[in-house]
Amino acid sequence: MITLGHYLVVSGMLFSLGLAGVIARRNIIIVYMCLEMMLSAANLALVGFSRFHLVNGLPDYTAQSLVFFTITVAAAEVAVGLAIIVALFRSKQSVDVESVTKLQG
Amino acid sequence: MPPLLFYLFALITLGFGFLVVTGRNPVTCALALAASFVGLAALFLSLDAYFIGVIQILVYAGAVMVLFLFIIMLLDIKTEEGKKINVPAIVSGVLLAVLLTLQIIAVVGSTELANKTSQNTPLALAEAAGKIGKAALPTITNDLKTGTLPDAKLIGFTLFDQYGFHLQVIGLLLLVGTIGVVVLSKRERSAP
Repeated sequence: MITLGHYLVVSGMLFSLGLAGVIARRNIIIVYMCLEMMLSAANLALVGFSRFHLVNGLPDYTAQSLVFFTITVAAAEVAVGLAIIVALFRSKQSVDVESVTKLQG
Repeated sequence: MPPLLFYLFALITLGFGFLVVTGRNPVTCALALAASFVGLAALFLSLDAYFIGVIQILVYAGAVMVLFLFIIMLLDIKTEEGKKINVPAIVSGVLLAVLLTLQIIAVVGSTELANKTSQNTPLALAEAAGKIGKAALPTITNDLKTGTLPDAKLIGFTLFDQYGFHLQVIGLLLLVGTIGVVVLSKRERSAP
């Protein structure tokens, strides 16, 4: 039987995969994709809690509203982030994270 | 949802997620991410969150992935080959991921909350129609009485009833984001 725990473990594993990608990968675009994966993993946990916390016999729609806001923020973040990547590529001719070291002490 | 389907979609989500993290070609990674999001949308559907599942496919697997692919092809990013591998980063990344997963499994295993299933917490649609009563719109109550879950209507009702201000703040955020993108991608003119 599929319990809330199953969904939470899948969510945690997806988040961990994204975290590993953010730390290990050097291509900025792929780092961005991994960030999106982490946001989605958080959404899965929220929707899971929403389904199993019944209010008046219905799922808790407060959590699903929060997921709606998260998806909106993620979309805005991707738009701005990719614009930054394009600007970065224009000045450095590279999307490697290690090509951007100007702020390093 | 039958357990088999849950495991299938969880496998799709995590398998393609793994491909995103390990893939060498950015286009492969983007397509794997789209597939992973489709699996995730199926998991949302299995949690009776139909609206969120559809939004997940439309926004993530649709709009966001097209944006990623567009940028990858616009910048003409090649597969990273022959570059030396950053061993400390990979080791620390894998180590952190494994530790986090183990922690989450431990926490989930130690709480009673995690044992809830859709069998022991079933949706009570007919009761909900009575309990919500006059507070909701008649269309929601009618849907509940006929035994269907008016998912999108309930989310819309929650958003506009309780989170109207937050919705406007999000709208403002999107406006600021749009302006930011225009400013960022404007080519700088040389000083006159």
